Amino acid sequence: MEKFTKLEAIAAPIMQINIDTDVIIPSREMKHVSKNGLSDGLFANWRYTKPGGRKLDPDFILNQKPYTKAKILFSGANFGCGSSREHAVWALYEWGIRAIIAPSFGDIFFGNCVRNGILPIVLENQAVLELANQIKNEEKNRIEIDLNKCVIRSPSNEYYSFNISASDRKMLLEGMDEIAVTQKRDDQIFAFQEKDILSRPWAYLEKN
Amino acid sequence: MKKTIIEKIWDQHKIADLGNNKCLIYIDRIFLHERTGSIALKSLEASGRKIRNKAEVFCTMDHIVDTFQGRNDKTLVPGGTAFIETTRKAALKSGINLFDLSDDRQGIVHVISPEQGIALPGLTAVCPDSHTATLGGIGALAWGIGSTEAEHAMATKTLIVKKPKTMRVNFNGTLAKGITAKDLILKLIGEHTASGGIGYAIEFSGEAVENLAIEERLTLCNMTIEFGAWSGLIAPDDKTFDYLKGRPFAPEGKDWELALSSWKLLKTDIGSIFDHEINIDCSKITPQITWGTSPMHEIGVNQNIPDPAEEKDLGKRSAMEKALKYMSLEPGTPLEEIPIDAAFIGSCTNSRITDLREAANILKGNKVASGVKAICVPGSGLVKKAAEAEGIAQIFMDAGFEWREPGCSMCFYAGGESFGLEERVISSTNRNFENRQGPRTRTHLASPATVAASAIKGYLADVRKID
Ligand code: SF4
Repeated sequence: MEKFTKLEAIAAPIMQINIDTDVIIPSREMKHVSKNGLSDGLFANWRYTKPGGRKLDPDFILNQKPYTKAKILFSGANFGCGSSREHAVWALYEWGIRAIIAPSFGDIFFGNCVRNGILPIVLENQAVLELANQIKNEEKNRIEIDLNKCVIRSPSNEYYSFNISASDRKMLLEGMDEIAVTQKRDDQIFAFQEKDILSRPWAYLEKN
Repeated sequence: MKKTIIEKIWDQHKIADLGNNKCLIYIDRIFLHERTGSIALKSLEASGRKIRNKAEVFCTMDHIVDTFQGRNDKTLVPGGTAFIETTRKAALKSGINLFDLSDDRQGIVHVISPEQGIALPGLTAVCPDSHTATLGGIGALAWGIGSTEAEHAMATKTLIVKKPKTMRVNFNGTLAKGITAKDLILKLIGEHTASGGIGYAIEFSGEAVENLAIEERLTLCNMTIEFGAWSGLIAPDDKTFDYLKGRPFAPEGKDWELALSSWKLLKTDIGSIFDHEINIDCSKITPQITWGTSPMHEIGVNQNIPDPAEEKDLGKRSAMEKALKYMSLEPGTPLEEIPIDAAFIGSCTNSRITDLREAANILKGNKVASGVKAICVPGSGLVKKAAEAEGIAQIFMDAGFEWREPGCSMCFYAGGESFGLEERVISSTNRNFENRQGPRTRTHLASPATVAASAIKGYLADVRKID
């Protein structure tokens, strides 16, 4: 997984609430058993003029310069709610998004972001609105995110600090593979099972 | 120390405290389906990692398979056959349990896991699918995960999980006639929004919940994700034990006795404190139907479409305006004056035998209104068989419903079958998002009884007015 430390990039506001993963990538756009080749389907129902089509809708912000190069998204509350499909995160990543700022996120989506190198930042609604307002300016829409210091610098040089759990931060900073980390605890897991099966034999379908 | 049922299950499965409110949690059961499980199996195989405790991993085909009679691996979903074949190959190679198309036990993953007795009270259960909390209906702590987490769970039999906050939702009082678990959960989401549950594990309790049959409890827990919650469950009771006894994967003999004695302790200690508590008076709940594009856009069947101008929160107001435009509805219109083009009964929310009975009760002796396309998709092969044996299937067909093979079907659109552009559907499913059931398809969520009543009337209808 790619590390996330610092990012200075164009940010795009898509300021609706409850943007669900069906919107981020419609199911029909998940065409192969693969984590790749998904960016074409990103926001397909909004990005293209016709369902299933490929003609860009000029009204959609990610089709408008300079936001075509955005690496940061701003959104309303509950971003990424709905279906658990990790494809939403894979599609965002492949398209170029590296950070998303919103008042809240769908739980599964949040975890999927962290595991795939996208930084999800939770900020107060008011702060999200202030920043989103600034980046609507086509000339001044770059913001800077420093994950080491947990601060965001706005286009007008104001600083906003944010909180993220130390473990999520570490995973992003170091680009860690969570499975490999957990596998180091193999003995501990095995010991847990040996003890657990004595008190909950009924919970085990595999007894040896 | 007094503990909630959530904390009891959590503590029993905690292998290590990882700091920052995160724990390494032991996972008892893992479920997969061909849509998201395929990629997890494939990617795990590519990484060379082995599956720990294969017998506790289950896979089915539900999302992409067609539900037409006489179906096979071919599907209308573009590229869909590859998902089915990849999943089958990877599942067979890895040695996990597979309920394939030809198997009577095949069906929607969240329908078959309680039906087979795979999910049990007090177990942790996960699936790369957001509606996994359905299993909370029998007292399991179950939640939806991503595909990478599914790999993690298969490779290590654990997950790293952030400790949820706890919430209790008390459904007080008794339900009026014709009111179902679906109406309860829609009401909760309508009152407390689609993000009201974010970060919480929820215990549903109260008199109305105690009175629900097990399958209705599954419906209630199914839509905790639409409330934004991480998981939701109901303490098991005698009804739960009766339901599970003798199911194929449920414990037997001495193990059953042991299980039973621990399940009986699986309830929130009196005096435990939840981080948040909500009370809902059930005596006033009427049949609920959604009018917009979020499950929180819902009202009682006798109400009128709300006016966004009266909403003070600007974010909510603009979402309402957008929803009305998508749904092509005007504020002030009575729900019961809205004509429908189609009716759908199915999905992990409402496709179990009790759901079909409830709908059949309404349909018996009636006909679907002309011009309305009506479809029923049973949740599993066993539900389908039971419905056929009971004569329910015949009632559906006599009324003018199509009778299908089990699967997710038109609960969601994946490029295959859909209801069509701008068609208005009354649906027993769980999501009314834009384009969820097809490009520009307009979805109204409701209980199976309300769907059946509306199919007969040709309009969104009050089930209490059907003879
Ligand atoms: S029935 Fe619908 S909501 Fe349930 S698992 Fe299938 S697609 Fe998802």
